[in-house]
Amino acid sequence: MFKILQKTFNVGTATANYPRSAPRLAEQFRGCPEFDFDSWSDARPVADACPTGAIAVCDRDGARQVTVDYGRCIFCGECAEASPDGAVRMTQRFELAAADRRDLVLIAEYTLHPDGSHAALQSASSGPSAEEPGKRIEAAIHNLLGRSLSIRQVDAGSCNGCEQEIVALNNPIHDIERFGIHFVASPRHADMLLVTGPVTRNMELALRKTWAATPDPKVVVAVGACGISGGIFGTNYASLGGVDAIIPVDVYIPGCPPRPEALLHGILLALGQVRQRANSHPRR
Amino acid sequence: MRPFFEELRARFPELVRSVEEVVSGQFTVLLNGSDATGIARHFLAEHKARLVTVFAEDRVNAEGVFYNYYVFDRPGDPAWVILKASIPKDHPSFPSLAAEFPAVNWQEREIQDWFGIEAAGHPNPRRVALHDNWPDVHPLRKDFPLATVLPPFEGEQHVYRPTHGEGVFQIPVGPVHAGIIEPGHFNFAVAGEPILYLQLRMFYTHKGTEKLFENLPIPRAVFLAESISGDSAFSHGAAFCQAIERAAGIEVPARAQFLRAILLELERIANHVGDIGAIANDVGFVIANAHAGRVREIVLGLNETLTGNRVLRGMAAIGGVRRDWRQVQVEAIGKTLEVVEREFRDLVAIVQSSNSTRERLERTGILRPEKAAMLGIVGVAGRASGVDLDLRRDHPYEAYRHLPFRVPVYQAGDVRRRLQIRIDEVGESIKIIRAAVAGLPDGPHRAPEQPIPPDRCALSAVEGWRGEIVHWVRTGDGNRLERCKVKDPSINNWPAIVEAMEGNIVADFPVINKSFNLSYSGTDR
Repeated sequence: MFKILQKTFNVGTATANYPRSAPRLAEQFRGCPEFDFDSWSDARPVADACPTGAIAVCDRDGARQVTVDYGRCIFCGECAEASPDGAVRMTQRFELAAADRRDLVLIAEYTLHPDGSHAALQSASSGPSAEEPGKRIEAAIHNLLGRSLSIRQVDAGSCNGCEQEIVALNNPIHDIERFGIHFVASPRHADMLLVTGPVTRNMELALRKTWAATPDPKVVVAVGACGISGGIFGTNYASLGGVDAIIPVDVYIPGCPPRPEALLHGILLALGQVRQRANSHPRR
Repeated sequence: MRPFFEELRARFPELVRSVEEVVSGQFTVLLNGSDATGIARHFLAEHKARLVTVFAEDRVNAEGVFYNYYVFDRPGDPAWVILKASIPKDHPSFPSLAAEFPAVNWQEREIQDWFGIEAAGHPNPRRVALHDNWPDVHPLRKDFPLATVLPPFEGEQHVYRPTHGEGVFQIPVGPVHAGIIEPGHFNFAVAGEPILYLQLRMFYTHKGTEKLFENLPIPRAVFLAESISGDSAFSHGAAFCQAIERAAGIEVPARAQFLRAILLELERIANHVGDIGAIANDVGFVIANAHAGRVREIVLGLNETLTGNRVLRGMAAIGGVRRDWRQVQVEAIGKTLEVVEREFRDLVAIVQSSNSTRERLERTGILRPEKAAMLGIVGVAGRASGVDLDLRRDHPYEAYRHLPFRVPVYQAGDVRRRLQIRIDEVGESIKIIRAAVAGLPDGPHRAPEQPIPPDRCALSAVEGWRGEIVHWVRTGDGNRLERCKVKDPSINNWPAIVEAMEGNIVADFPVINKSFNLSYSGTDR
C-alpha cells in the first residue's frame, strides 16, 4: 500500500493540459492533409492514391470538380506522396470536428488542358479554419463549470480502433473527468451518444433503440472516418455507412482513429450544443 | 517430394490427386472429391497435427467448382499443409469435421452462410455469421454483388438454448454493453450467482470485409487490412502484405523485416500493458489501471514517433514499410524502452502487491489444458493453458529467425496466468526490440513496387499480440484480389470463454472476458 502511494506521489501530475495548452505531438505525427488549390497541377494521381475515396475527381465538359472530404480521410499521407508538386502536404492539424457535415468537404473547380491537367482554378472553398489549438472551445469549458456531461459510447460496427482512443480519454494523461465528463453504462443516464461506425446492418436496430432510450435533450457525436461516412468500408450489403444515415448527428470528429485530443475537442464542441438545447428544451 | 507426402500418397492413393509446393514451405494437397475427413483424422491421430483454419473459395466461374481449404500444421515442422477439396456446384456440400475438430465449428458454419455450401453432419448447423433474420443470400459467392441492398435488420431472432428449473434464470447482455467495448450478445444461464452456461452471439460488426477485399485494388486493400481489428492494425496489415509478397514472389529487404518485427512487438507491448491495467480495473484495482494507462501512453508516443500514428496505422506496405526511420527515430526506441521497462517493472510490482487482487484472479475463469488443446485455442489464452504455440518460433517469418526470445507457457489456465503471460511477454518483446535495433541492417525499407501477377495463392501467418493471425489470398487480374480469407485468433478463442465461464459468478464475467480480450471486429469482419 505504501509503495503504491509512494509511486503515485513520485509520478506527480501526469495529466496533459489540453486544450489550455497545445498537446505534445511527435514531429512525425500526421494530421490532415492540406491543399494548395492554386498551384495544384493535376488531382488525378492524388485521387487514385487515396484509399478511401476522400479525394475524388469528376470531369465534365472540359472542367473538373475536385472534392476533398475530411469525413472520409484516414490521414494516411498517400495523397501527399502522390503529389510531387507539393500542392498536397500533410499537416499536424487534428482539431477538425464540425457541427455541419458540409464543413468537412472542400470543393475546387478547374478548367482543363487537353492532357487532363489543370489549366486554371475557377473556384475553391476554404478549408476548416486554422484557429489556435483549443481557442474555439475555450469558451465552452468556461461555461461548462457547474454542469456535468454523461456520455454513452456506442460501437455500431467499428474495427475497435476508435474505441482504443476513447478508452484513453479515461487514462490519467487525458483524464476527461477533469471537465466533469464521464462515461456511463446506460443510454438512459446519458446526455450524449458517442458513436463509432460504420453502422452495420446488424447494429442498426441496436443503435436506433439506444438513441430512443437516451432522454432528451441529447446530442450525438459521430466518431472517425467510418462513423462519419463509412470510411474505407463505405456502404455495402453489410454496412450502411455513417451514423447520420441512421440517427441525427450533431458533431462529427474526423480521424482514423481520432487522437484523444481530437475526441476531446469534438466532445467539448458538442457541449456547447448540449447547453443550448438544455436551455431551449421545454420543461415538463 | 518429402517423405511425409510420399507416405500420404501411399496411404491414400485414391484421395490424393497431386501435391504441389505453391510457395516455399506451403504444400497444397489437391484431393479427389470433397471429403477431407479421412486425411484430417489421419493427420490428427498420427501426426498430432493442428487444424489451423478452414475456408472456402468460389471458383465456379473459373473452374466450375467451389474449393474448401483445410490448413494444418504439425509440431516441429515449419511447413504448412493445405488440403484442397473440390465441391461440385450442383451439389454444394462437404462432410463436416466439427464433431471431431471443435476448432472449426464456427468456421464451417461461416462457409455455409457465406457460400451456401452445406457442412453435412455438423452438430449445430444453424447460422452463425449471418444472423437468423437475414434473407437467403450468400455474400461471398461471385454472383453476389458487394453493393447489394438488403431489407433492414429486424432484430435478433436467434433461439437460445432454453433454461429450465426453479430459480434458474437467463441474463441477456448486449449487443450494446456497459463499458467502452465492442458489440456482441451474451446470454447467461444462472442459478443464483454461479453461471450454468454462457451462449454467445457474435457478428454484429460484420461489415463485408472479405467481400470488400475482392473489390479494392491491392495497394488500397492494405488499408482495409489495417481496419480488420483496430488494436491489431499493424499485425493484420503485415499479415496481409506478407501474403501478397509470398504470392507475387516479392523479396522483402532485410531492413524492412527488422522494422516490421519492431512494430509488431510495440503493438504487443501497448496492448498487453493496456490489458494488464484493464484486468486490474475489472477487480476494482483502479490505481493499477491508472499507472498502466500512463505506461501505455509512453508506448503510443513512441509509435507516433516511428510511424506518425499512435496505433501504427498507415505503416504496413507491400514489400516492406511505408516510411524509413532516421537515426534519431531509431535512438528514440532505446531511450523510450528504458523508461517503459522501468515504469513497467513498477506497474507489475503494484499489480502483484495486492493480495486481494491475486485472490480474485487466481482460479478464476479456468480453461484446462486438455480443453484448450481440443478447442484449438491459440495465442495468449492458449499459452496460459498449456498450448505451447507461437508462430514467431514455430513458423518463423521475417526477422524472427534472427531474434532471441522465450515463449512463456503456463498450465493453470486461470485469469492470473493469462495476466502473467502478458507480463512475461512484455519483457520478451523489449528484448526482441533491443536485439532488432542492435542488428538493424542498412538498405532499403521497401522493395520497389511491381505489378502483382494474377492467379497466385499464398498463406501468411503472423503471431499478433492476441495470437495466430492467418491471411490467405488468391490474386486476380488488374492488381486485384480474387479472394482474401482472414482468420483472427478471436474466432478460435470465443469457445474458450464459454468454457472458462462455467461455474464462475456473473460478477467475474468482465474480468474473465478481459483476460481473453478477443476482437469482435476481427471475428465478425
